[in-house]
Amino acid sequence: MSMIVNSILKTEGLSKTFKVGFWGRSVTAVHGLDLDVHKGEVFGFLGPNGAGKTTTIKMLMGLIYPTSGQAWLFGRPIGDQESKARLGFLPESPYFYDYLTGLEFLQFYGHLFGLRGVALGKRIDELLELVGMSHARHLQLRKFSKGMLQRVGIAQALINDPELVVLDEPMSGLDPVGRKEIRDLILRLKESGKTIFFSSHILHDAEVLCDRVAIILKGRQVACGRVSELIDEGATHSVEVVVEGLGPEGLARLRQLADRVIVQGTQVLAVLPSSQHVGPVLEIIRGARATLVSLTPQKGSLEDLFIREVKNKQPELREAV
Amino acid sequence: MRILSIALNTFRENLREKLLYNLLFFALLMIGSSILLSRITLGDYHRLILDLGLASINLFGVLIAIFVGIGLVSKEVDRKTIYTIVSKPIPRYEFLLGKYCGLVITLLANTVVMVAGLLIVLQVMDVPITSLVFKSLALILLELMVITAVAVLFSTFTSATLSAIFTLAVYVIGHLSGDLKEFARKLDDVSQMAVNAIYYTLPNLERFNLKGHVIHHLDFGMADMALTLAYGLTYAAFLLLLASVIFQRRDFQ
Ligand SMILES: Nc1ncnc2c1ncn2[C@@H]1O[C@H](COP(=O)(O)OP(=O)(O)OP(=O)(O)O)[C@@H](O)[C@H]1O
Ligand SMILES: [Mg+2]
Repeated sequence: MSMIVNSILKTEGLSKTFKVGFWGRSVTAVHGLDLDVHKGEVFGFLGPNGAGKTTTIKMLMGLIYPTSGQAWLFGRPIGDQESKARLGFLPESPYFYDYLTGLEFLQFYGHLFGLRGVALGKRIDELLELVGMSHARHLQLRKFSKGMLQRVGIAQALINDPELVVLDEPMSGLDPVGRKEIRDLILRLKESGKTIFFSSHILHDAEVLCDRVAIILKGRQVACGRVSELIDEGATHSVEVVVEGLGPEGLARLRQLADRVIVQGTQVLAVLPSSQHVGPVLEIIRGARATLVSLTPQKGSLEDLFIREVKNKQPELREAV
Repeated sequence: MRILSIALNTFRENLREKLLYNLLFFALLMIGSSILLSRITLGDYHRLILDLGLASINLFGVLIAIFVGIGLVSKEVDRKTIYTIVSKPIPRYEFLLGKYCGLVITLLANTVVMVAGLLIVLQVMDVPITSLVFKSLALILLELMVITAVAVLFSTFTSATLSAIFTLAVYVIGHLSGDLKEFARKLDDVSQMAVNAIYYTLPNLERFNLKGHVIHHLDFGMADMALTLAYGLTYAAFLLLLASVIFQRRDFQ
């Protein structure tokens, strides 16, 4: 029972097929997606460009209708007005009424939730402060930079103090400082008990932020789980070796064992697929009378996993990543 | 009162439209030019001023309704500003009604300016201002409400350009619909049915035209007024209902 109560966002076999072009050719952007986001977690929705992240989020937000499958927010079917009241949403590269000032913009969205007067004024002050945009309250949105738009966009998503915050690529278009600020903001939201669902293809962000992630490729889910488990599960545990003074013969033998070899002057850097290859490589080094400079085991990362999944499941996508 | 928030925001957006001011300028120019024309015209200049004034208010009102109205919904979809609104707890029909009301407020404000211009001209030229003039103006506004509803309906499912063309067509045919019925009589059965179908579905916009009454001092009683009002409002409501149904089913891509 508790699972049902805890499930903030759930999809079952969610699919979307678009008709494109004059002949109405079918393009399936999302294919039988099963997601289950629990209360209080930060959930990363990851995938390369064109994977179907935005399409999924648009279905969840009631902007487009699923071709098949079902989805629930707070246990209610999507589109339900009551669950929308508990929801905050930041679209991908957000577009807003650019003739409004920061203040008017947030007032407008506040009014849509029936907020007024002093309470709304206070909420807007808090939010502008939170996203570091207090200085722009009387500036028209048309004069905002991309990063500033992203920030008031987030403020807009939080105006109703939502329980679930859905962010489509919240970090895109932001500089490193801005990215860090958004990361901190997401963690602060999590601390205050909110559930956060965000899409991204910046894996580092996801790795430090998310409790769980789902990875989709071409509209299909290829992995889902805790970040640490996913990384460990199929992690390569590759080893990086740097060798000095390896002759051409040794280099040729090294190439056969290593995933990747980079020659830089007299030094050679090789990435070995696993620690089992270390022994044979040491043999080669000894045989060539070369010097071992360093030997570093590589920790698996979400990026490795991501690239591996892309390579395994969709060879034709390799170039895209 | 979410509808009101959306309406006021729409009104504010419309006020930024340069086209609006250009159209308003030309309307006032035409209304004013009747002073000049009346000096070089022999005979009944009262008639000319009233005719030209009311016609200008009608025509420019319609142009504003069409050219501002068609972008009303499609612009929100194209610019994706609708994303953050539809994801809020607002039924789509409320959004649509809000946009509609916003445009009606815009039209009302414009009409007030044009009417002020007309009243000044009438005053200056010593043309008697009768209650019929006001009845005529009220019905012009009603016609604009119907045309706006037509524009909103089209803009929920076609591009801005096509909506403009269709709405303009409805406006023109709507004014010819009396002739349309005459015309149908001369046709074979099948064509007659088709033309009659058009006649009965499109609004009969001539019902809102009281220029003849104003000029010839014909009476248009309160009962007629109420009937016409009911006709216009029902027609607009029906169009908006249809627009809501279409809008509800749409994917915002
Ligand atoms: N309205 C549409 N009509 C036709 N095809 C569409 C439409 N919207 C999306 N698609 C297709 O669906 C696929 C998924 O697109 P989507 O925008 O969901 O990807 P994404 O994961 O958000 O990518 P990105 O990281 O670039 O934002 C793409 O192949 C895209 O071309
Ligand atoms: Mg996207």
